Amino acid sequence: MPLSRIRNAMVSGLVLLLGRRRRRPRPEDTRMVPAMPPDPAAELVVLGLLGLSSLCALGFILIYAFGASLPAETQLLGIAIGLAFLLFAAALVVVALRLVPTEEVAEEYPPHEHPGEQQVIAEVIDESGTRLTRARLFKLGLFGAGGTLGLALLAPAVSFGPLFHVGDFLRTPWRRGRRLVDENGRPYKASDIEENDFYLAFPEGTSDVEKEQMAASLVVIRLPVDQLRLPPRLKGYDAHGILAYSRICTHAGCAITLYRAPLFQPDEPRPALVCPCHYSTFDPATGGTVTFGPAGRDLPLLPVYVDSRGYLRAKGNFDGPVGPSWWGVRMWKAQP
Amino acid sequence: MTRRAVRWVDQRTASAPLLRKALRYLFPDHWSFLLGEVALYAFVVLVATGIYLTFFFVDSTKEVVFHGDYYPPLYGQKMSEAYASVVHLSLAVRAGLLIRQTHHWAANVFIAAIVLHLFRIFFTGAYRKPRELTYWLGVTMLMLSLLEAYLGYSLVDDLMSGMGLVIGYSVGLSLPFVGQNLMNWLFDGMFPGSPRLWPRMYIAHVLIFPILIGLLLGAHLLLVAMRHHTQFRRKKAQTERTILGVPAFPGQAPRSIGLMVGTAGLLFLLGGLVQINPIWLWGPYHTYSSTNGAQPDWYLGWLIGGLRLVPSFDFTIGHYTVVPNPFWGGAAFPLVVFGFLYLWPWLERRFTGDHAFHNLLDRPRDAPVRTAIGVGVISWVFLVFLAGASDRVNVTFGIGYVSQIWVYRVVVWVLPVVFGLVTWWTCKELQASEVVVRERHAAESEARLARMRRGQEPPGDPGALEV
Amino acid sequence: MRAVLIFTVLAAASLLAATSARAAPGAGTPKDPLAAYGYHLYGQYCLGCHGPNAEGRYKEPSGATGAGPGRAQGRQGGIGPSLHGVGALAADFYLRTGYMPLRRVGLQPRRRPVFLSKHQIRALVAYVASFGGPPIPHPKPELGSVSQGLQLFTEHCAGCHQVVAQGGYVTGALPPSLMQATPVQVAQAVRIGPYVMPKFSKRAISDRQLDSIVRYVEFTKDPRRPGGWGLGYIGPVPEGLVTWFLAIPALLVLCLLLGRRLRS
Repeated sequence: MPLSRIRNAMVSGLVLLLGRRRRRPRPEDTRMVPAMPPDPAAELVVLGLLGLSSLCALGFILIYAFGASLPAETQLLGIAIGLAFLLFAAALVVVALRLVPTEEVAEEYPPHEHPGEQQVIAEVIDESGTRLTRARLFKLGLFGAGGTLGLALLAPAVSFGPLFHVGDFLRTPWRRGRRLVDENGRPYKASDIEENDFYLAFPEGTSDVEKEQMAASLVVIRLPVDQLRLPPRLKGYDAHGILAYSRICTHAGCAITLYRAPLFQPDEPRPALVCPCHYSTFDPATGGTVTFGPAGRDLPLLPVYVDSRGYLRAKGNFDGPVGPSWWGVRMWKAQP
Repeated sequence: MTRRAVRWVDQRTASAPLLRKALRYLFPDHWSFLLGEVALYAFVVLVATGIYLTFFFVDSTKEVVFHGDYYPPLYGQKMSEAYASVVHLSLAVRAGLLIRQTHHWAANVFIAAIVLHLFRIFFTGAYRKPRELTYWLGVTMLMLSLLEAYLGYSLVDDLMSGMGLVIGYSVGLSLPFVGQNLMNWLFDGMFPGSPRLWPRMYIAHVLIFPILIGLLLGAHLLLVAMRHHTQFRRKKAQTERTILGVPAFPGQAPRSIGLMVGTAGLLFLLGGLVQINPIWLWGPYHTYSSTNGAQPDWYLGWLIGGLRLVPSFDFTIGHYTVVPNPFWGGAAFPLVVFGFLYLWPWLERRFTGDHAFHNLLDRPRDAPVRTAIGVGVISWVFLVFLAGASDRVNVTFGIGYVSQIWVYRVVVWVLPVVFGLVTWWTCKELQASEVVVRERHAAESEARLARMRRGQEPPGDPGALEV
Repeated sequence: MRAVLIFTVLAAASLLAATSARAAPGAGTPKDPLAAYGYHLYGQYCLGCHGPNAEGRYKEPSGATGAGPGRAQGRQGGIGPSLHGVGALAADFYLRTGYMPLRRVGLQPRRRPVFLSKHQIRALVAYVASFGGPPIPHPKPELGSVSQGLQLFTEHCAGCHQVVAQGGYVTGALPPSLMQATPVQVAQAVRIGPYVMPKFSKRAISDRQLDSIVRYVEFTKDPRRPGGWGLGYIGPVPEGLVTWFLAIPALLVLCLLLGRRLRS
């Protein structure tokens, strides 16, 4: 009869939840873990916390399954699973503080050393070598072979990259006569470059991948010619005040995307190209000299000219390698 | 039923003697001993969430065009597949953002916990003989974790982390004589490297470094277990020879498991409630793009401070650029700090002549010179770290950036010495006050004993005084 | 013959009068009543730095100091620029943001509470506009594309203003957050290039591109935060603060709770 089965099931369930077994403790002297009084209230708290934790975990599953239309989905999921864990942790804390026998046991630290065993080990190793008459030579041979074998195994790692060839550091995609274009490939005319503005430029004909080369991108500005104070070696690098600097800071390689362009020169800081990473500040009027910040090298300048149709073209290559400093950065000129 | 299970295991593994020892292994009692465990559990969460992330991340810098309707500001933009895969995971995969943010918070908390744990080890002298090896493994794990975390957030290829990657590259470039060869080799060409760079970083982050850290962690824990944990001298029973603590089972187990579950819960809560590294806002990285206010994660903030503080110079000899500028702040500074950490046990042994075994811990005041030097070094690193955030301080509080830099350049050398001296003096004073209390206690016990003998006081324990 | 002569002389005289009225409006109050009121206000608030006739005062050396946030630039070369040709676009921008009147010559203009009434601002704008120049722009962000806006903003603006327009630092100045900038003010600032901000003409950034930038700036005022608390959208600094001041204390509390098990 189903009714009696239901009743039996309910009784069993109640007994499971509410019944407590009185455990008969073993005599004190045979126990490994000391006996301590039970704490039924704490048990109930733990059960409650575990129950809540399960609910939260279930909640996580439900939100995950059906919560697509809910706003703040990530927050709800996070709260559900986070609380599930934290309530579980709380239950364990109560178990640790109240339900587990509290014992403080003393025992000896392990000995500092084991002279006997050490002796035996040393003797075993020494005595094993008594058949050898050329012990030292053997050691040399083993280490030599092992070492060279190790080197041999490491040798293919050299192919990971051009370990010995640093020519790329000098190479740039700029050639004499190459036009300056914007991000969409449109060539710049000298008349496009206005004062108090700064422009992103690339060599004409470079692909998106090639644009990512450090030596490709430029920051182009125009200063009034009477404000220019370029050193003799950079004379003629500008095109009527248009200056094309490398966009890559010589300190640590970030893009220079800050241009300090005073509206009212008498009251405001002078024009400057600044890097947002460590605030290296370069003076464009004097050839990119460093006026503040950690950069150790002037900003490289690309010589430009205006062709017969008004387009900006490179006159040659930068006055020095582009990008952060390295061993040979002052030894060689930039090359196409 | 317990007996049957234990029998089954022992018959197949012969591990009952080991399990018995493990079950009753003793844990001395102090809250600061749990800091290492917090780091361990954060690592567990990292691995678990990290495995999930590997199922979505694409380790390729191939250019793709973003066509996700779920985020209009990026629609139609060119970006790497790697970046697109992380945007997709964050904004279009259910629970993807939760797991990703939990992973990043776990990394932050992991390293913070290691640092606190390192402080505890240092200031209590736990690194002394016979635990130097354990200590060195720990310092190595700290170094590896910093690199691992840096690799992790750089893999996303967003604007901010891309800037961080080129800076790391430049620091590598600045290593004297060999920097450019080394970086050329590692990156397979000049920055931004070849298409093989990203798979390399990915394998390093998901396989090589986790295995290395895992192995070192295993060895670290094994050594702790074999030498047993150090303890404070709080009770008479705790000596160099005798350890007093809580057995692993049943006492410590719910504690440790509770800490693990609690750490996981807190990390998931953060992962759901507090946004971290919203890379869809930064946009993809290009070598010709940058943004103001870019900062590394906090555990590398000391390096950006170093890079910003060094004045403008490359050290050259003729045409040879021997030491480019980023070397000092980006490489020499951490080398000195880690060098100090590695060498410290040996330095202390050499200068104090203390070659004894130590199972008991010092309180910081019990070793004034060590504590003072520790505070000095920590404040040195921390001041440089603060210098790295001085532009945000300018934006928020209006204190000029250039002035701050100049002040920091002086202060990072002067203040650590001052703090060290103040610390040393404080420790000495604390020790002296304890001597006074002890002597007073002894004198009062004597007086009480004398009164007891004369019959002016009821008998009892003369030392049992009100404090 | 005499009539032709008289007519010619009268025509020339009136032409002269008309042109001289335009060239030297300070010679008299503007005819337009609004601009006339503006002229009166100009004398009260602007004359000291921008000179009579709004010609500017930069030919004489000035002992004023300041440049950048509170720091001395050194000897100042002048006091205030000429307002000829800046138009209603600039006047409206500087007055509505409170950038002008400037507290101290050489300091970076910052947003300040505007004490002029709307009518007074309109009057001053009319007066400055009488010297010629561009009108107040009317950007249409709804015609722009937020994706184009992000790309343009990253290329031209993010270096100083931060990619989510939270503001930042450049040596000698503090590019502000754009949280309070209205669409019109964004359009105005782009065309003016106030203080040390670059100036973007229609050639560099077309009106349609400007619409996209304005639309993106509006987006940055409340960017989506699917991950929860946005922390200011500036990245790792606040994240580190949360780690050390929220997460670690919570974990320390847990350690303290679990750590002291044995009550001696």
